[in-house]
Amino acid sequence: MNTLTDRASDLVSEFEIFDDWMDRYQYVIDLGKELEPLDEAFRTNEYRIHGCQSQVWLQPGEANGTVHFKADSDAQITKGLIAILLRVVNDAPAAEVASADLAFLDRLELKEHLSPTRKNGLDAMIKQIRLYAGALAARSASSN
Amino acid sequence: MTQPAAPSVATHPDIGAVRAQFPALQTEVHGQEVAYFDNAATAQKPQAVLDRMDRYYRTENANVHRGVHTMSQLATDAYEGARARMASFLGADDTREIIFTRGTTEAINLVASTFGNGLSIGDEIIVSEMEHHSNIVPWQLLSERTGVKLRVVPVTDDGELDIEEFRIMLSERTKLVALVHVSNSLGTVNPVRRIIADARGMGIPVLLDGAQAVPHGPVDVKDLDVDFYCLSSHKMFGPTGVGVLYGKAEHLEAMPPWQGGGDMIEQVDFAGTTFNEIPHKFEAGTPHIAGVIGMGAAADYLEALGWDFIASREQDLLEYGTSRLASIKGLRIIGTAPKKAAVISFLLGNAHPYDVGSVLDRLGIAVRTGHHCTQPLMKRFGIPGTVRASFAFYNTREEIDRLAAGLERAAGMLS
Repeated sequence: MNTLTDRASDLVSEFEIFDDWMDRYQYVIDLGKELEPLDEAFRTNEYRIHGCQSQVWLQPGEANGTVHFKADSDAQITKGLIAILLRVVNDAPAAEVASADLAFLDRLELKEHLSPTRKNGLDAMIKQIRLYAGALAARSASSN
Repeated sequence: MTQPAAPSVATHPDIGAVRAQFPALQTEVHGQEVAYFDNAATAQKPQAVLDRMDRYYRTENANVHRGVHTMSQLATDAYEGARARMASFLGADDTREIIFTRGTTEAINLVASTFGNGLSIGDEIIVSEMEHHSNIVPWQLLSERTGVKLRVVPVTDDGELDIEEFRIMLSERTKLVALVHVSNSLGTVNPVRRIIADARGMGIPVLLDGAQAVPHGPVDVKDLDVDFYCLSSHKMFGPTGVGVLYGKAEHLEAMPPWQGGGDMIEQVDFAGTTFNEIPHKFEAGTPHIAGVIGMGAAADYLEALGWDFIASREQDLLEYGTSRLASIKGLRIIGTAPKKAAVISFLLGNAHPYDVGSVLDRLGIAVRTGHHCTQPLMKRFGIPGTVRASFAFYNTREEIDRLAAGLERAAGMLS
């Protein structure tokens, strides 16, 4: 299986194809459309990520020590950003996700083009993903 | 805000020359000159305002009301001159009725914390569903302190106040009517003259949130016979962090002081402190001197430019913008009152306002997205927020064409 770094590098290469910023936005939007749907039971305040101007819900999941998130947002660009994030972290070992720096987002040159509120929202999302992954990693370490 | 007479063409300044007076309009955003349509959030500042504030800091900077020395006198003259300027700007004939605040929000909080503190259980304050949070939350806090009850005037589908409901709400329990003059989210110009007449008939004082009214037309507090009028400098092309509370002297004199500190006292003694006269009673601490002076310069600027010119430009932009935007497939304008300031709030199909705003930003077009600090109003329309284009006299039809083209593009991307 690819490491987080490999997956991030693939994404960076994909984004390098686009010279035009609008095309990049369009690609982000299109990635969002392919996002695995959230189970409706998770569309609640409890699973909402706060700090986003748009609404975002994050559904944690796991299998054999790896994380698997589903998520949704009412804004398409936000949804695309989530899709990018989840493409990198999903089905990776929890311990690895918990300690990942996820700096690849900077290399996509997306972060600096996001409004501060959206950047805060993205940071809140990353923080929540790490928290879940950290908790899962701690749990599987103690059960071993 | 009264409706100015029809403009004479001869008095019209050249729009290119007007735009050149606003340095920030020349800012490039993502490689293009910004099309700035976020004027209702804050307006750009003319060179005359920047120069006046610069001159204060460079040549007059000293504290006000304190020193015998010449520079302190210069600063005090400029500061008090701005008070006289704002009094004439608002049509007040007594400069003591002009209190400098940090802005509209602080002005409303001041009234809530002084005038409001005299109220108690059984008393009512009337606000509306279209208020900015700054004209809701101070009264809610007051309600928690005193038990005073908030009554809320509903809004019609067009985005107008339901005046019949308002009339029904007025009673001997009503101790204050606190309403917005011009809606920041929808642009609706409320019939404040009628509202004041109705309240006055029952001896009820009226506070108006004028933040979105003063940039668009002349306001005359004497003519309106309003009790309190609040404004923010930064929305009328002046600096941020400063504003005005106009209050009738009879109210201000009866109100207790709010914040304590320097300048607001007459004598301080541990046995008991006595307070300064109005307006100084409400201006504790060193004020935003440069801001106040800059606000006065903004008032000068607006009146020199002329309300006729401003009104005719804004009317043209509103009409042109409304027709251009309404022709975009799937675009829905929220707020269609017959009397509107130059604000267009809308939704583009099912696209989230945030997505629309992000795409427009990439095209160098600045709009506001979200609930505009009017969550109850958004709830009333059953929407999470809108995209809002708010115009100023310096905007152009060409910029609106860019906005329309940007929206067509966004619609394609976000469908």
